[in-house]
Amino acid sequence: MAIGDSVKPAAFQYHAPQSVEEAVQLLGMFASDDGRIIAGGQSLIPTMALRMARPSHLIDINGVGELEKLSVSDSVLSIGACIRHAAFHRPVVGNPLGGLLSFVVKHIAHYPIRMRGTFCGSLAHADPSSEWALTAVTLGATMIAESLRGRRELHADEFFVSIMATNLAEDELLVETRFSLLTPGTRFGFYEFSRRAGDYAVAMALVTFELVGGLIADVRVGVGGAEDRPRRLPEAEKVLTGHPPSARLFEDAAAAAAAAVDPMEDQQADAAYRRDLVAVVTRRALERAAA
Amino acid sequence: MTQKIDITLMINGERHALSIEPRLTLVDAIRDECGKTGTHVGCEHGVCGACTVLVDDVPMRSCLMFAVQADGKHIRTVEGLARNGELHPLQRAFTEHHGLQCGFCTPGFLMLAAGALEQDPDISDEDLVDVLSSNLCRCTGYQNIIKAVLAAAHQMKGA
Repeated sequence: MAIGDSVKPAAFQYHAPQSVEEAVQLLGMFASDDGRIIAGGQSLIPTMALRMARPSHLIDINGVGELEKLSVSDSVLSIGACIRHAAFHRPVVGNPLGGLLSFVVKHIAHYPIRMRGTFCGSLAHADPSSEWALTAVTLGATMIAESLRGRRELHADEFFVSIMATNLAEDELLVETRFSLLTPGTRFGFYEFSRRAGDYAVAMALVTFELVGGLIADVRVGVGGAEDRPRRLPEAEKVLTGHPPSARLFEDAAAAAAAAVDPMEDQQADAAYRRDLVAVVTRRALERAAA
Repeated sequence: MTQKIDITLMINGERHALSIEPRLTLVDAIRDECGKTGTHVGCEHGVCGACTVLVDDVPMRSCLMFAVQADGKHIRTVEGLARNGELHPLQRAFTEHHGLQCGFCTPGFLMLAAGALEQDPDISDEDLVDVLSSNLCRCTGYQNIIKAVLAAAHQMKGA
């Protein structure tokens, strides 16, 4: 049986640039013709196998050495476009950020997927249930995009637009994501609900705060998987700020989070169920942070 | 016009020169172009793990990689696990602990476990069970696979 006779990805032209400059040139040339970047490909290849995506050109950045940067300088962690999820299995930096990333990463898909899929690819793909997208939004990451027109910075809260839609232009390559290190006393908690080990989050929450004189300060509450994109919930943050942690306070913050979301509906969960889950994951994330 | 690209795959130390379309997945190249049918192809979209192989010693789903992306890389499949007619400790453990029935998922589980143990020989039992959650088995209920892999892991650590 010839390859074209079976259910397989549609034909495409393959390009393997060796530098960012070459990659953005190719992207500039082919983006309007449905040319795409492939890094880990752990989301793109399944959609191609199902022929939901039929890119005419694939620009493979796995050979671009300058995108394998993972470094800390001036209290900023920089993650290049070819850094795999598995790079975070152990803390990459002796700061609460390293511990946070290594806790969250274990919830991403499965081990072989984490060995191949990339951090930046997950952001560019913008699945609402992406753990890294939630992390980027909650911690206020900065994304660096490059095209033939130059480089620009996008802040996480303007990066995600909707389900699998970002503010990247079609000819822009996400070359790097930057996180500021967290203050040393930062506590974090993450909780995800999914149907099976490694499955997509139906709802998840990431929280960070500090305790100053026993009171919650500098609090961030982010929820993902529930809406069309991850989002911080100021309503829940306001409930927590300035109070000592308690079961009652966390219940109130969880209720505020649930009231604030506009939940998606799909075959996994209707809106009412997702709203209930938002309360549960928010409360459990807060409990983990306080523990 | 269909693009054809010349690549070389090193499979279990054996060189295979191929001229392929970029859309050919690695698993199809391994099976159909190189004749190594020990690697099974199940869901073809990264869910089941039956096609797991080692690419430069790292467990990968070979349906989620194009063969062209593996040009020049060293690939290890289930055919390469036994050495000099001696089964790999994982293969022996799967037999002893009834870690397989129909055998369809077995090559994927063996390569997954072999790769994870090579990446991290001191991996905890808990993390190893988490690794094994990557692949699907519809016969065993997983418990015997877990028993087999933990037994082999403990034996390999002791060796």
